[in-house]
Amino acid sequence: MNRIDLEGRVALVTGGVQGIGRAIAERLLRSGAAVTIWDLNEERLAEAGKALSKLGPCETDKVDVTDPSAVQAGIEALVAKRGTLNILVNNAGILGKVAPTLEQEDVDWTRTVDILLTGTFWVSRAALPPMLEAGWGRIVNIASVSGKEGTPNMPAYSAAKAGVIGLTKSMARELGESGISVNCITPAAIETDLVRNTTPEHHEYMLRNIPMGRFGQVEEIASLAAWLCSADCSFTTGGVFDASGARSSY
Amino acid sequence: MTTEYDLNGRKAIVTGAAKGIGRAVAERFLKSGASVDIWDRDGAALAATAEELSKLGPVHPCVLDIAHGHEVEGGVADAIDHWGGIDILVTCAGILGQVCPTPDYPEDEWHRVIEIHLTGTFLCARAASRHMLEQGYGRIVTLSSDSGKEGTANMPAYSAAKAGIIGLTRGMAREFATRGVTVNSISPTIIDTEMGREAAKDFGEKALSRIPMKRYGQPEEIAAMVAWLCSEEASFTSGTIFDATGGRSHY
Repeated sequence: MNRIDLEGRVALVTGGVQGIGRAIAERLLRSGAAVTIWDLNEERLAEAGKALSKLGPCETDKVDVTDPSAVQAGIEALVAKRGTLNILVNNAGILGKVAPTLEQEDVDWTRTVDILLTGTFWVSRAALPPMLEAGWGRIVNIASVSGKEGTPNMPAYSAAKAGVIGLTKSMARELGESGISVNCITPAAIETDLVRNTTPEHHEYMLRNIPMGRFGQVEEIASLAAWLCSADCSFTTGGVFDASGARSSY
Repeated sequence: MTTEYDLNGRKAIVTGAAKGIGRAVAERFLKSGASVDIWDRDGAALAATAEELSKLGPVHPCVLDIAHGHEVEGGVADAIDHWGGIDILVTCAGILGQVCPTPDYPEDEWHRVIEIHLTGTFLCARAASRHMLEQGYGRIVTLSSDSGKEGTANMPAYSAAKAGIIGLTRGMAREFATRGVTVNSISPTIIDTEMGREAAKDFGEKALSRIPMKRYGQPEEIAAMVAWLCSEEASFTSGTIFDATGGRSHY
């Protein structure tokens, strides 16, 4: 197994109690980082915090990424506790309603875009001051192949993930000389509850499109994310790192 | 502590390994526990590199021209014979080619650039993938370029060849997708090597101004990315073009 060097780094992973976020938090801890995970469900946060603490210094905080003042307060509390913030992984997300566009209610659209895109922006904005002060930082956004190619019956998810790619590139160029890199990962369907809980038809659609003929594993995304958070990833910013089992067409 | 990639027991071929990016890749591989077959057509430079790199781990130099199929087939057979197999192929061999306006671009030069970059990459991948598919495991990383995505003025052959490498990478990736062999590419902008500095002379300040990080890349930065892509953990990424342009690339 690769030994990624994140010794002494302070990291925040949103949506860290399960799935990809949990696997990333685990890998960052195993790589030597101190990790704070955010999520909404207190019970699950407590469980995850307890389990993850066995791997290294792990804190939990209940923060809603769609609430900018809660996000601001969460970052301030994190920096007060750890002294700084070096790594941010914007992972919190939902699939949203999988249904034809004509059946999507206003709230289905708003909620999905709020969490995936606007939430990523709020957290990134709040995380910048300590990174700028340190002159070093790594922001990794979990986007999706849906943001590149569009997934039928998932208009809000596809649009929000495309938005995350645009936000990644914009911030990367703005921060080109700052020592902070901003990259994103575009996974195809990964074997998590989000994917397991979709309809059989949607499940089959997702699998059919992956040339490797299997869903990705959360550990495969975590491995890539950890590398992107390391000092070894130093000449790439605004990059869109694909992890789609050869699915992506660009 | 630095990041350590786990390539223990892996056997790799690195083309264009006498200098520049290829040499940095070979060096990182050796530090990561791999045995490395280093290829180049410049025998003197390769011998000097082999002597230095052998301090880091097991190295086997092979002087050949990747643009010739029979030499490549012989080189792969020789590497398999020497190491007992091949797990990793990284194709770094390349030339800049002439930098001149398209209306004046010589036909010979067009063929030479396409042969070394595109045909050479194909020939190496063809020979190595045969063995990798048979064993059900392999990592192929090709070196493309920002020029292949966006096109560089006055470098029609280089831009076309590098775009061709991107297409070849994606095609092979899909073909091998269920067979344990991943194929990916890295597309750098100007890197601080002998060849990169030559390119920088032609493009100078204009090229630098387009890189948001406002600097050229170092070969070691490309080598780190190659090492991750060649590790066993890079298992759900294939057919992709990893960017290493300091924020320059648009897609």
